[in-house]
Amino acid sequence: MWVVPTIPPALYLMLSGILFTIGVIGALTRRNAIVVFMCIELMLNAVNLTFVTLSHFLQSMDGVLFAFFVIAVAAAEAAVGLAIFVMIYRSRETINLDEINILKW
Amino acid sequence: MAENIGIIFQWLIFLGMAFFSIVASLLLVTRKNPIHSALFLVLNFLCVAVLFLLLQSQFIAIIQVVVYAGAIAMLIVFVIMLLDLEKELRAGLKIIYSKVIGGFLALLFLLGILYSVVAKSPTGKTGSYTPEKMTANVKAVGEVLLTQYLFPFEIISILLVAAIIGAVILSKKRT
Repeated sequence: MWVVPTIPPALYLMLSGILFTIGVIGALTRRNAIVVFMCIELMLNAVNLTFVTLSHFLQSMDGVLFAFFVIAVAAAEAAVGLAIFVMIYRSRETINLDEINILKW
Repeated sequence: MAENIGIIFQWLIFLGMAFFSIVASLLLVTRKNPIHSALFLVLNFLCVAVLFLLLQSQFIAIIQVVVYAGAIAMLIVFVIMLLDLEKELRAGLKIIYSKVIGGFLALLFLLGILYSVVAKSPTGKTGSYTPEKMTANVKAVGEVLLTQYLFPFEIISILLVAAIIGAVILSKKRT
């Protein structure tokens, strides 16, 4: 009898690592503030996938709740971050990260 | 034989969703127009929501669709439409030295992650939430959330109120 193996957790973790790395590359190379923000959301989402995967394969509930808290924090971050972008655009007419460098010494 | 067919379907769904989520995130990073990036972000969120369903976490999958793909992506699209980014679109993507170095370091980081995943399988004490118990997923999440994790839950509500007030104050016109 030929039995197909179930999906191993390593594949889920690899997928999550690949998504996280794509997010890191985007956040490092793009200069539009909103695209960088979207890449950060992508990284948070990849971390959520890791949490839920380990929670499933260790048969525990803690990872799922951590993913829930991460989603709540991401929602708060989206509200405040996008308000900051609108404010910066109003005063400086750009959201290019190379030109917004007043916090740099 | 029936179990085999179910597991083959799980493999097909997993491989398809993994492929589409990676393609969507690559397109997110490379598109010039931020609106296209936002729509590929929504596609990526939906693919990951299907993966959550495959991992038997229905609650997180629904929350992912409602909060991430619904609320946050809608907010991003709204802000992109509020801002006039025509000039920055025309500037395009410039490849400069520091970006190449950053991408190279990120690829090294990926190698580190893949090595740590392959080298050692996840070990630890398994809990009491077996797959049979997880079919009533929302009930289980609610029970743990309102007993063991009650204090973080309240802190999250305070954080959300603070974020709402902060967003209102930030976007108010200076008088």
